Amino acid sequence: MLAVNTRPVGDESLIRRLRAGDAEAFEALVRRETPRMLAVARRLLRNDEDARDAVQDGFVSAFRSLGDFAGRCQVSTWLHRITVNAALMRLRTRRRKPEDSIEDLLPGFLEDGHHARHPHEWRDTGEALLSSREDCEFVRSAIDRLPESYRTVLLLRDIEELDTVEVAQALGVSDNVVKVRLHRARQALRTLLAPRFQKGNA
Amino acid sequence: MTLASEAPPGGAASGPEALTCRQFVELIYEYLLGGLGAERTAAMNAHLAACPSCVAYLKSYEASIRMGRLALAPSDDLVPAEVPEALVRAVLAARLGA
Repeated sequence: MLAVNTRPVGDESLIRRLRAGDAEAFEALVRRETPRMLAVARRLLRNDEDARDAVQDGFVSAFRSLGDFAGRCQVSTWLHRITVNAALMRLRTRRRKPEDSIEDLLPGFLEDGHHARHPHEWRDTGEALLSSREDCEFVRSAIDRLPESYRTVLLLRDIEELDTVEVAQALGVSDNVVKVRLHRARQALRTLLAPRFQKGNA
Repeated sequence: MTLASEAPPGGAASGPEALTCRQFVELIYEYLLGGLGAERTAAMNAHLAACPSCVAYLKSYEASIRMGRLALAPSDDLVPAEVPEALVRAVLAARLGA
C-alpha cells in the first residue's frame, strides 16, 4: 500500500498524455482517483469486492471513452459519474437479497388520519452538522440501515443528484417507483434520525 | 409518547377540501417539488397553517434530506487514505488487456 499521490496534475496535460497512450499518465490517474472512486462505489454497493470490481469496470470504461471526454468538467467529476454507472451495473446484475420491509420505519396514523405520534421539533441541523463527526456518522449509519432498494434511490437522487428518469433507467423501474421509493426512504431516514435530533433528546 | 387525540380540536381537518395528516404526509414529495397544482397546494398550505404536528414533520423531513447530503458530501474522512496497490495493478493490467 502506498500513500495517496496528492501532487496536483493539470487535467489538460493529463488528458493529452492519456490520449497519447502515456503509461505513466495512466498510472498517475489511477493512483490519484482510485481512493475517491472506491469510496463512491462502496457507498452504493456496501461490499468491498463489488466496489473494487466497479472501480476497475469504471476505469476500463473511462479508458475506452477518453476520446469522448470533452473537458467540460474535471476528470475527477467525469470519473465519479462513470463509477456511479459502473456500480449501478453491478447493483442491477447481482442477485437481490431479500430485504427488510420499510413499513416499520414509516410514520403511523390513527384511523381519523392524525399522526399516531406527534412529530417533535428538531434542534438546528444545518451546517453545524459538519462540525460534529458523531452526528455525521450517525446520519451515515442511519442511511446504511435503510432497505437496499430504498437506500439506493435515496443515494442516487438526494446525494448523487441524478434525476428521476436517470435513476429509473439505471434501476430498470418506472419513474413512479423511483418517486414512491424516494419519498418512503426520506420518511424512513427521518424516523431513524428523530431520536437523536428531536429537541430534548440530543 | 403523545397521542394525536390530544391535538388541537378541529385542527387541520375542517372544511370540505381539508387534508388529514396522513394525506398531507403522502403529498409532501410533490409539494416540495411544486408539482401539486394550485388547489392541492392551497390545501397543503391550509393544513400547515392549522397543524403544528405537520409543520414539525415537514421541517424534519427537509432536515433529513439536508443532513444526508451533508453527511455524505465528499470529504477526506470518507476516502481511504491509502491507494490499494492490488487494485491499481489490476486496473492497469485491465487497461493493457482491454
